[in-house]
Amino acid sequence: MTDIVTARPATGAFAGRALLTLDALGAILLALIWIAPLVFAVWAAFHTPQGALSFDLSAPVTLENFRTAWEGAPWPRYFLNTTLLVTVILAGQLFFCTLTGYAFARFRFPGSDALFMLVLLQLFILPEVLIVENYAMVSRLGLFDTVLGIGAPYMASAFGIFLLRQAFKGVPRELEEAARVEGCGWTGVLWRVYIPAAKPVYLAYALVSIATHWNNFLWPLVVTNSNETRPLTVGLSLFAAPESGVNIAVISAATLFTIAPLMVAFLLFQRQFIQAFLRAGIR
Amino acid sequence: MTDAPLLDRIESRKLAIYGSLLVLPSVFMLSLFAFWPTVATLWASLFSKGTVRRPSQFVALDNYEYLFSDPSFWQVVTNNLIYAGVTIPVSIGLALGMALWANARIPARAMVRIAYFTPTMLPMVAAANLWLFFYTPDIGVLDRLFGVFGFSGVNWLGQPETALGSIIMVTIWKEAGFFMIFYLAALQTIPPDLKEAALIEGAGRWTYFRRILLPLLMPTTLFVMVNALINSVKLIDHLFILTKGGPDNASKLILYWIWEMAFSYFDRPSAAAMTVLVLIVLGLLAVLQFAVLERRIHYR
Repeated sequence: MTDIVTARPATGAFAGRALLTLDALGAILLALIWIAPLVFAVWAAFHTPQGALSFDLSAPVTLENFRTAWEGAPWPRYFLNTTLLVTVILAGQLFFCTLTGYAFARFRFPGSDALFMLVLLQLFILPEVLIVENYAMVSRLGLFDTVLGIGAPYMASAFGIFLLRQAFKGVPRELEEAARVEGCGWTGVLWRVYIPAAKPVYLAYALVSIATHWNNFLWPLVVTNSNETRPLTVGLSLFAAPESGVNIAVISAATLFTIAPLMVAFLLFQRQFIQAFLRAGIR
Repeated sequence: MTDAPLLDRIESRKLAIYGSLLVLPSVFMLSLFAFWPTVATLWASLFSKGTVRRPSQFVALDNYEYLFSDPSFWQVVTNNLIYAGVTIPVSIGLALGMALWANARIPARAMVRIAYFTPTMLPMVAAANLWLFFYTPDIGVLDRLFGVFGFSGVNWLGQPETALGSIIMVTIWKEAGFFMIFYLAALQTIPPDLKEAALIEGAGRWTYFRRILLPLLMPTTLFVMVNALINSVKLIDHLFILTKGGPDNASKLILYWIWEMAFSYFDRPSAAAMTVLVLIVLGLLAVLQFAVLERRIHYR
């Protein structure tokens, strides 16, 4: 042990620097591997199928793929549907989770603990696993093939309830009491004290919710049946199905413009996105 | 009895009523889309599949027996176990490595972080489309790459030996960057003095990692692990694009199988029985999480 300590200053510093460059190399290499699929998609989207697959750097650049892809499916409709979908889900989640989070954070009522446990259990009972019965339920409610039908199972999210309960619990009681003295009712306290205090949590939750539901696929696939309601993900999967006989360059082009809005948003607000995933994830 | 306690009691009763009114909307929604479907699934799994001539009838556990005697059930369960058994440790290990690198002083650190995290922001369906490029036989990137070393073309998605592995690769690619951010956050809460102290004590990099970093990252690891376990049931979107569970069930996972049972073969009882089994496993996981982990790990 002692000889390592005495030997440390010289070799330690040297080893430290050598490892640092090795680290950098490894990190950058892994980053290149990680981004490669996206890079290849960009490459393919701007070249003819032959040019894309030959990896010939001098192959001519073309925008033809984007035109073909854009004309191949009702994309504006899909974009609209996805936008509507994430908006409806987020609005529902904000409403349901705020009320319930507030109740669990500040009120005691018979069965509140048991109910809270039941809600937490939904963190594990994924809507994805219950697709068959949820499908039956949505059909029964007459919501099959509607945007509301895609959104409804996600609105009372256990995750959101839990997140907001934690946020509300962190608000000092003095603020609440001050508002009460000023004559606020309980709804007023929620509106004037708790919601403003939880703003960062709301923002984080909103970003995670939008990213999640922008990308969601299986449930929308099950519960939609027409172009009037299909979100982008389902539209893209139909477009890229082998039966549709579209080539890989065109599929790449379609893939790129479907992911573009979220990617641009991510690149512009990456700090907020990453913070959001963190804040929403670490409990 | 004086007036004050009475007023207090009225006040607390009012608050209790107010509180329960607040949870009512969510309880209603959760009943519609979580609690009732769970019960209905359980119930449906005990009945036979109704046909025009023979209406469905109570068959107790026959559906489960049928399920257990079906070789494709065991295949799908095995596939999912392999899928979980590989994706979880590999993506967690990679995530930790990525976080250590993304936290170290290296050039282009911001770019590196973005590169790691970007797949997380993609829809799985879109990710699968990108990977088609890699897996296409002969002309795909992988075959080109291996072709340089003299290997002949492999039909990655079309042969049973490689189909599941190809699916697993895409999942790892998608998940590692997501788990990285949790490690990254955890790493940033570890005071740098610890590392200095360890170095002064003569601990090497590896010792510091194993004896100090890993134990301190344990809560994060467990949190990520629970997430990864849930995802190993949930993440199947790429199956729809890449293999459709084939060839010959080689890459079929449980949730895809449930979907296929219910919506392609209209075999609702089998789908229900399978769903119940998944719910039992997820429920056990929940109990484990609440009972054991919550007590030992302090989440803020």
